[in-house]
Amino acid sequence: MLANVTLLLPELVLFIGAMGLLMVGAFATTDATRVIEYGAISLLLIAAIASWLQGDTVAQLAFGGSFIVDAFSAFMKTLTYLTTAVVIIMARGFMQNENLARFEVPVLMLLAAVGMGMMISANDLIALYMGIELQSLALYVLAAIKRDSLRATEAGLKYFVLGALSSGMLLYGASLIYGFSGTTNFAGIAQAFTVENGILPLAQVVGMVFLLAGLAFKISAVPFHMWTPDVYEGAPTPMTAFFAAAPKLAGMAVFLRVVISAFPDALAAWQQIIIFISIASMVLGAFAAIGQTNIKRLMAYSSIGHMGFALVGFAAGTEDGVAAVILYMTLYGVMTLGTFACILSMRRDSGMVEQVKSLSGLSQVRPFMALCLAILMFSLAGIPPLAGFFGKLFVFHAAIDAGLYGLCILGVLSSVVGAYYYLRIVKIMYLDPPADEANDPMPRELSIVAGALAGVCLLFFVYPSPLIDLAASAGQALIDMPAPDALLTGLFEATDAR
Amino acid sequence: MYQAIVFFPLLGALIAGLFGRVIGDRPSEIITSGLLILSALMSCVAFVDVGLNGETEKVKVLQWMHSGALQIDWVLRIDTLTAVMLVVVTCVSSMVHVYSIGYMSHDGARARFFAYLSLFTFMMLVLVTADNFVQLFFGWEGVGLASYLLIGFWFKKPSANAAAIKAFVVNRVGDFGLILGMAAIYFTVGSLEFDTVFAAAGALADGQLEFLGLTLPALTTICLLLFMGAMGKSAQFLLHTWLPDAMEGPTPVSALIHAATMVTAGIFLVARCSPLFELSDLALAVVTVTGAVTAFFAATVGLVQNDIKRVIAYSTCSQLGYMFVALGVGAYQVAMFHLFTHAFFKALLFLGAGSVIHAMQDEQDMRKMGGLRTLVPASWFVMIVGTLALTGFPFTAGFYSKDAIVEAAYAAEIGPHMFAFTLLVVAALFTSFYSWRLIFLTFYGLPRCSNETLSHVHESPPVMLVPLIILSIGALFAGFTFYDFFIGDGQAAFWGSSIFTSAENHVLHDLHKVPGWVKLSPVVMMVAGFTLAWVMYIRRPTLPTQLAREHDLIYNFLLNKWYIDEIYNFIFVRPVKWLARLFWKGGDGAIIDGLGPDGIAASVLYVTRRAVSLQTGFVYHYAFAMLVGIAGLVSWFMLTGGQ
Repeated sequence: MLANVTLLLPELVLFIGAMGLLMVGAFATTDATRVIEYGAISLLLIAAIASWLQGDTVAQLAFGGSFIVDAFSAFMKTLTYLTTAVVIIMARGFMQNENLARFEVPVLMLLAAVGMGMMISANDLIALYMGIELQSLALYVLAAIKRDSLRATEAGLKYFVLGALSSGMLLYGASLIYGFSGTTNFAGIAQAFTVENGILPLAQVVGMVFLLAGLAFKISAVPFHMWTPDVYEGAPTPMTAFFAAAPKLAGMAVFLRVVISAFPDALAAWQQIIIFISIASMVLGAFAAIGQTNIKRLMAYSSIGHMGFALVGFAAGTEDGVAAVILYMTLYGVMTLGTFACILSMRRDSGMVEQVKSLSGLSQVRPFMALCLAILMFSLAGIPPLAGFFGKLFVFHAAIDAGLYGLCILGVLSSVVGAYYYLRIVKIMYLDPPADEANDPMPRELSIVAGALAGVCLLFFVYPSPLIDLAASAGQALIDMPAPDALLTGLFEATDAR
Repeated sequence: MYQAIVFFPLLGALIAGLFGRVIGDRPSEIITSGLLILSALMSCVAFVDVGLNGETEKVKVLQWMHSGALQIDWVLRIDTLTAVMLVVVTCVSSMVHVYSIGYMSHDGARARFFAYLSLFTFMMLVLVTADNFVQLFFGWEGVGLASYLLIGFWFKKPSANAAAIKAFVVNRVGDFGLILGMAAIYFTVGSLEFDTVFAAAGALADGQLEFLGLTLPALTTICLLLFMGAMGKSAQFLLHTWLPDAMEGPTPVSALIHAATMVTAGIFLVARCSPLFELSDLALAVVTVTGAVTAFFAATVGLVQNDIKRVIAYSTCSQLGYMFVALGVGAYQVAMFHLFTHAFFKALLFLGAGSVIHAMQDEQDMRKMGGLRTLVPASWFVMIVGTLALTGFPFTAGFYSKDAIVEAAYAAEIGPHMFAFTLLVVAALFTSFYSWRLIFLTFYGLPRCSNETLSHVHESPPVMLVPLIILSIGALFAGFTFYDFFIGDGQAAFWGSSIFTSAENHVLHDLHKVPGWVKLSPVVMMVAGFTLAWVMYIRRPTLPTQLAREHDLIYNFLLNKWYIDEIYNFIFVRPVKWLARLFWKGGDGAIIDGLGPDGIAASVLYVTRRAVSLQTGFVYHYAFAMLVGIAGLVSWFMLTGGQ
């Protein structure tokens, strides 16, 4: 039992801490928001460190095999918790200015982070669903946190309704799979999910399709993406930043985990699904973003497109491919947070602005902000030698090695189309005349975040090997999971020993 | 020292061109002119070393291109031929530099002008010091560029721009031949170095060249292609049309580039390639006929031109034809001698004309001059000296060189030599006539300009007159002094191995033994031309108008330069413009842009609009999309069976 608790330590720290902060917030006589924010940040950092320290262990199971800790989960959790912490830092100024500084916000973000941690470590359909719902419920509330705004409540409601639909799909798929395999454990499903004479039982495939559709909703892959632009636009900008970064990391991680460990034999089947949603996401992300005038909506399509690119590496189904996805998601997180740090700085005397054209001539008014945003845009567009280029390079490389030439060609072409809207922002900032009303100076914490993340994008190529090595070992941990037999045996041995 | 001769002008060009705005106009003028004078002095020393003491040399500057079998270095080849050109180029160029200080004193962009002049000089020196065809081609194109820049120097004048473009384009036609010639040489010999190519000349003479199923004699093909390049640069008949128009440039440019140096690059090329041309009778015959026709054609057109610079331009064209005749009949030394003397008196004529134009506030039409002798006596004097030299007045420079060409044409044994001789003698008459016509119209009679202009007429400042006087000395004595070295008894020792003549070629020897009437004919023609001009423009000034009216067909034919520009316009320019328009509007605009960038961009926008319109904002649409997606995937697997 103690071993189980040790493995769960990061999530426990977050959960108990969240409860404690909630109490502080509820019973404090003065406004404790500031204290709770600091507390949340510290808890997230502690959880990130605790997860990081789990990184070098071999795969370990807990709670009857429903919870797994390995190098992959450790890396993805660390990343998710750090991302959440950065978002809380970025959100502070905005929340105060918009009269949204409530102590519930950091607590809800902590709870969402717990859910993400549970998702990443899930090794069982029940645990998976529990993690997803814990995360999602917190996110629905965060989307609608600005209760007196019509747009925000609409966004929250849309998110909730469609999220419920996707949960239904996921549960339907899960029940079909359970019905056929008789177990909810991934390793057990993998064992039951056998291919006979080269043919997969259709009912199992249908179950898998529904399950993957539910997961695709979480990473907003086409055609399960429809909520993304509306929610991104309607939610308060720091929440949008949060949605664009942390849940995407966790969602992609759980996507990888489920597909690799539960359906290893059905590669031919899920590869088709991944290729389809990958192409659809890349193409739609590239084309639809061109038509956007609101930068938050634009970022929504941008993130849809980037999910498509990450899935290109996943479609390869190889260890290199998984490592490439992990690297891609890491760099995506860096670029997205940096970009949102700049978007959060788009403030004038009259208030926040969200239109792309209000960036015009920014280079003359706020050269540093324009420079950061330009670097991030070039990186998002995948222009060498910036970080985004290497992300794309690795996923395409993996797909080429797996012989998926058509997918790569479509991917490269849509990245060319996509480059247009990123470069248009640079053009507006550098070549257009400044707007009538000048942008306010960047708040200090935002300029530090934006500068640091842009610096990472700019200088990644100088010393990329640590991150590449980490991604590679995480990918290896996921692919090289002990054979289902060995895992189940190990599980029973552990139970016996207890 | 040789490096210094070649690179000093480049240094000047860089200083004036890059820092001209910083250091100002006057320092730019002084630096470029000073470096050029130094270069000229060193060239004179080189001339003595190489020509008189026979110290030929090869100076390696840098390793240029080494790629497989292609080995090209930048080497300065210093032999007598080069030394003669060095002296001509640097001396005339330094005189023109100094003269331009006065002539251009009212211009706003003097640093640029001097940078171009020096750049031109550098390129010309690269050309004449070339040790291989690639190096020569570099200089060849470089002088073309400088010529383009200088013709269009007054780029606010549309006519100057048009002339600059015309010069460049017409030269490209010739250059195309030169490139093909070089390619043919590399294809057959495998090297572009002069020594290697010339050593292989004997083998080439018997060789064949396969091209598009045609079997061509290798050497003759190469020579004709090289000559095509020479025709372009030296403004020979059919490719001459750019030279008169090039007079749109400032007059010092005309003197330097379009009289003394660049236009003689073709002569230099053929002389340099004498080991090749000497072995191809057909090529020599083509050179002879082209030269003779050009000499005659340009002289006829010169008879009726009214622009003072155009008369001299056609005269240049005509004199270049003389030089080609000399080359064609195998008298390369005579051609080089005429090149040498011609540089002095033609530069002198141009600069003198420039002095007159300067005095007349940029008036170039001779019909509006007249009676200037007393107003600008120094200019009058130098123009007289230049005219005497050009028409071959006894003991002036032209007398030695031009008469030698006429005699060589008579003495030669090559096919069309009598044809050439006849045309040259007639052209000598015309030369004398138009030269004296120019003098009489400009300096004699009554002033025909407005009183206001007349009141401003002034003699040029000393900075312009000193170069004129120095060139006058050359025009008077260059022939007499160097006759022995270039074509007399000392020629073999002087030229050394720089010019090749085959064992059967005795023309240089024979030209001294032509009958007396042949020797006399140019002088007779000169006197006849002078008399005719005197009668028509001094004695009876109404006669020219009357003649022009009575023979208006011939008059217009000549005035319109044999309608060659109009014919080219009809045959080449208009169809090419039509074709270009077709490719531009139809090919590039409609097809490439329409289906390429514009078409793709338009379809991207179309797709974008459709993609954006998917996002309706209704939750049930979104849910519907999700269900369609999942239904599609399930159907897909039902149909394919999960594989």
